[in-house]
Amino acid sequence: MSPAVLVVGAGIAGIQASIDLARMGFEVYLVERTPSIGGRMAQLDKTFPTNDCAICILAPKMSECATHENIHLLTYSEVILVEGRAGSFRARVLRRPRYVNIDRCTGCGECVERCPREVDDEFNFGLSHRRAIYLPFPQALPRKMTIDPDHCIYLSNRDKVSAVNPKKGPCRLCEKVCEAGAIDWGQQEETIHMVVGAIVIATGFDPYDASQLEEYGHGRIPNVITSLQYERLVSASGPTSGRLLRPSDGEHPRSVAFIQCVGSRDVNHNPYCSSVCCMFATKEAILANEHDPELRSYVFYTDLRAAGKGFQKYVARAREEYRVAYIRSRPGSITHCKDTGNPVVHYEDTTTQRVLEMEVGLVVLCQALIPRRGQRDLADVLGIELDEHGFVGLPSPMRRPWDTSVSGIFACGYCHSPQDIPDSVAQASAVAARVAEMDWARATVRAG
Amino acid sequence: MGEIRVGVFVCHCGTNIGAVVDVPELVTHARTLPHVFHAEANAYSCSEEGLSSLKQAILEHRLNRVVVASCTPRTHEPLFKNACAEAGLNRYLFEFINIREHCSWIHSQTSQAATEKAKRLVRMGVAKAFLLEPQEETESAVIPVALVIGGGIAGLTAAVNLARQGFRVHLVEKAERLGGVVAQLHRLCPTDEDASDLIEPIIRAVQDDRAITVHMPATVQEVGGYVGSFRATVATGDDRRTLDVGTIIVATGADVLLPIGLYGYGRFPNVLTQSELEARLETEALRVGSAVFINCVGARTPERPYCSRVCCMTSLKNAAELRRRNPDARVYVLHRDMVTCGIEFERYYRRAMQMGVRFLRYDLDRPPQIVGGDDAEATIVWDALRGREARVPSELVVLTTPLIPGLDNQSTSHLLKVPLGEAGFFLEAHIKLRPVEFATDGVFVCGTARWPADVAESISQAYAACSKAAILMQAGSVTAEAITAFSDPDRCTGCGTCVPTCPYNAIELHHRSPTPGMACSTMLQVAGVNPVQCKGCGSCVAACPNGAMQQRGFTDQQMLRMLEVCVSG
Repeated sequence: MSPAVLVVGAGIAGIQASIDLARMGFEVYLVERTPSIGGRMAQLDKTFPTNDCAICILAPKMSECATHENIHLLTYSEVILVEGRAGSFRARVLRRPRYVNIDRCTGCGECVERCPREVDDEFNFGLSHRRAIYLPFPQALPRKMTIDPDHCIYLSNRDKVSAVNPKKGPCRLCEKVCEAGAIDWGQQEETIHMVVGAIVIATGFDPYDASQLEEYGHGRIPNVITSLQYERLVSASGPTSGRLLRPSDGEHPRSVAFIQCVGSRDVNHNPYCSSVCCMFATKEAILANEHDPELRSYVFYTDLRAAGKGFQKYVARAREEYRVAYIRSRPGSITHCKDTGNPVVHYEDTTTQRVLEMEVGLVVLCQALIPRRGQRDLADVLGIELDEHGFVGLPSPMRRPWDTSVSGIFACGYCHSPQDIPDSVAQASAVAARVAEMDWARATVRAG
Repeated sequence: MGEIRVGVFVCHCGTNIGAVVDVPELVTHARTLPHVFHAEANAYSCSEEGLSSLKQAILEHRLNRVVVASCTPRTHEPLFKNACAEAGLNRYLFEFINIREHCSWIHSQTSQAATEKAKRLVRMGVAKAFLLEPQEETESAVIPVALVIGGGIAGLTAAVNLARQGFRVHLVEKAERLGGVVAQLHRLCPTDEDASDLIEPIIRAVQDDRAITVHMPATVQEVGGYVGSFRATVATGDDRRTLDVGTIIVATGADVLLPIGLYGYGRFPNVLTQSELEARLETEALRVGSAVFINCVGARTPERPYCSRVCCMTSLKNAAELRRRNPDARVYVLHRDMVTCGIEFERYYRRAMQMGVRFLRYDLDRPPQIVGGDDAEATIVWDALRGREARVPSELVVLTTPLIPGLDNQSTSHLLKVPLGEAGFFLEAHIKLRPVEFATDGVFVCGTARWPADVAESISQAYAACSKAAILMQAGSVTAEAITAFSDPDRCTGCGTCVPTCPYNAIELHHRSPTPGMACSTMLQVAGVNPVQCKGCGSCVAACPNGAMQQRGFTDQQMLRMLEVCVSG
C-alpha cells in the first residue's frame, strides 16, 4: 500500500489533478510524453471568455507543479507497463534520453543559437522552425534542452561514423559551446519503477487532420490554416511575434473566415461535437479584430454552442464591439484565387437560402479535436476500455463520471470527453477527491 | 536597521512588455535611483531561469528589498514572494509593479509614453520598497468539519465524499426532503435511467452515514468566523444550533423559470412546462397525436441573455419519450441553436432525429405563436431555414425554460460574504482556473448554484469542491495573509467608526483599563483587528477619522512617499 498516485499527461487537467493530490498529501508521479509540462493550453494565445493570456495564468500552476515537494516530474517519459490493482499498481515508466544532463543544463540557450539543423517546430504547428537541440517554448518547464535524435546531425549519423573513428562524429557544436558541460551523448533510456495506489489519465487531445476534408484545401491552398495554427500566429511568443500575418506572403489579411465543425458533427469524420470550437472561434475572431480594428471576421457555423458562464455575453460582444459576422452555413468548398492569392469560400447562407462565395485574406479551419496519438497504446498498457472514438470509456457516466473500466484508474480533461478548460479543471480536482475517498487512501494518507 | 539595498528586476514578458516598453532603458533608469544596488532585465522573470537569477542576485548583492516590474500580482505575486523567501528574505520586503497591464498593453500604440510611465512606476515602487518592513504570517487551526448548504444532487454528493474522506459534515436543507430538482425528474439524459435510481441511493448514503448530520428543514441564519473556524447558526424550526466548521460548501442549486405570460402558459391548459410534462409522464400513458416543444423560452432574450446549457437535452429527452409512446405523433422541437456539446449529447440529438422528432429553427425576431380556442391547437412559426411560415399541430405545447438563480442567492451571498455574478448565480474566484472556489478562503461552490449544469457536471463539481475543502482540513492549519489592518492604540479614540465598515466582521472594540490623563469616556475602548479574519481591504483605514487604523504594507507613510515621488516628476 502506497500513498502515491500516477498522473499521466501534464496539460492543465493533469497539472491541476497533481496539485490537488499533492496538497492533500499524496505523493504524485506526473508523467509527460513531451519534454515540457503545459500541454495544449500553453499553445493557446488567450482564453475565452475573459481573454486572459493562456500562458500567463497557466505558468504559476506549472511552476507549482515543478516545485511542489510531493510532485515528481517525469518529462519526456511514457508509461510502458502497469500491473496489479487499485491500492497497489506497479508501474514502469520509460524516460527517453534528452542527451542533455538536466542537472547541469542551465537553459541558457547558447547551444540552440549554434545548432545548424532546422526542423519544423511542432509547438508552432509547422509555422516556423526550431533547432535539433531545443526548448519547446519560452516558458517550458523544466527549462532544460532536449536533443531531437532524429534530426541531430551527430546522433542521426553516429552509427555510420563510429566504426571509423568513434571520437570524430560530425557537428557536435552544442557540446563545444555548452559551458555547463551538459551535453551527454551516452545518455540511455531509463526505466523507473513505482508503486501507486491510483492512476489518473489526462492525456488531452490532438487536432484532427484537417486535410482529410479535401474540399477545404488545407495543405493545398495557401492561407488556409487550422485554428491551432492561428493561435500560434497571434501569440506574442509565436512565429510572427504576435503579428497576424498570413503564411503564404507575410501579408496582413483584411478579412478572416472561420469555418466551424471541420471534421466534427460529421458522420464521415467524427460524429461528435468537439465542444469548444464555437467559443475559441469567437475568441480568435475577437483577437483578429483587436490586432486590426479594420479587419472583418466571419464565422461559418451550424449551431452556435455558447452555453458556459459568460459565453453568450462574449458572443454578443464579438458581434457588437468587434463586428464579427456569424453566418449559418457549412461551406461546401474552398478554392484559391490565383490573382490575389486569397482563398474563396463557397457556401449557402441557410438563413437566406442563397448560394454565395466570399473571398477572404485568410481561412481558419476549426478542426475537430480527437484523443491524443498513443491513446490506444496507453489504454492497452492500463487495460482500460476506450469508446469508439478513442475517448475513455465510462462505465458509470452519471454517478462516477471519472471512473474507467478498471477500478482505481480515473480520467479527466479532454481525453475523458470534449470539454473546455474550466470543466477540465473542475474534473481534475474532482478526480483528486475521488482518489482520496478510496479505501487505501484513507488507510494511508489519513492515518499519516 | 542596516543599509537598505534595493534590487530591481524588469521583465520583457517576451514581447508582451518588451515590444512596447524600452526595457533596457528602464533598467538603466532603475540603476540611477537611490538605494538601488542592482537592476536587471529578464526575458521572463517568472520562468525558472528568471527566478533563479532573482534569488542569486539577492545573495550576491546582499539585497534586502526586491522590486519586480512585470505583470499582475493576481497571478504572479506569490511566485516572486516565494522566490524571495527561498533566498532568505522576508516575503513582505517585496514590491510588485505592473508594467504590462498598466503600461505596455494599455499604451501599446505609444511606446515612449509607456516607457516614461513605467519609469515613474518603478520610481514609486523603489520609494515604497525603501519603507517596507518585514511581516509575520499568522497560523490558525482548521476544524475538520464541513458545512454543506443544500441537499440536492451536488450537496448530497459533497457530503458523502467528505464523509468517506474521513471528515464530519453538517448538511443543511431548507425543504422537507432531500434530493432537490433531480428527485422531481422522470428520467435522466443521456442514459435515460430513472432519476430515482440515481438520487435515492445517495440520499440513503447520507442518511446512513454517522459522520453526516442532516439539518432539515433548516436554514443557515448567521455565519461568523473565518477559514478554518467558521461559526454557523442553523435554525431547524425553533431550534437554533451553533456549529463550528472549518469549511463551507454552497450547493444551493437553482430554480426553473416559470413561463408566466409566455406562449399561452396559464391560458391554455395544454401548454406545459418540462417539469409538468415529466410529472405527467410519470403517472399517465400520455397519448397524443402531436406535440410541440419550444426551446429558449425566457432564455437568450435581452432580459435573460444567457444559455441555460441543459435545456436542449431536456427537450430531446422528452420529445423522444413522447415519440416512443406515440409512434405516429408529429413531434416538433422549435429551437434557436441545438446546444448538444460533446459525444453523448450529440448522439442523443441524432437519435431523436432518427426516432422521427422534427427540428425547426426559429428566430428571436419572429417567435412562434400559439393559436387555439379553449385549448392550444397549433403553433405558427417562421421556419428560418426554409424561409417560410409553418403551421404545426399542437395537442401539447411544452415550454423549455432556463434554470434561474435560486431565490435565496442574495441572502446567502450576504450571509457568507461571497459575490454573485452574471444573472445572479454565484461568482467563483476565477472563471477559468478556479471554478469551484470563492475569493473568500474556505468557502466553495458547486452545482447549479454556480451556473446551469447537468447531473454529471454537478457531481463532478461537488467532488472538486470537496477536494478544495479537504486540502484545508487535511492540512489542519492555514497561514493567513500578513497584509492586514491594525489600530494604533495611542491614536484610537474608541469611536467605533471602523467596526461597521469592515465587510469581514474582523474588528471589535475592547475595553481598556483607564490610564491617567485620559479625558474622554469613549477612550475606555479601543479597536482591535482579528488578523486571521482581516482580508486587508483597507476600508477601515479609509474610515478612521484619527489615522489610527493602518494597513501593513500600505501605511500612510508609504503611500504618501509614493505620491510624492509620482508628482515630483
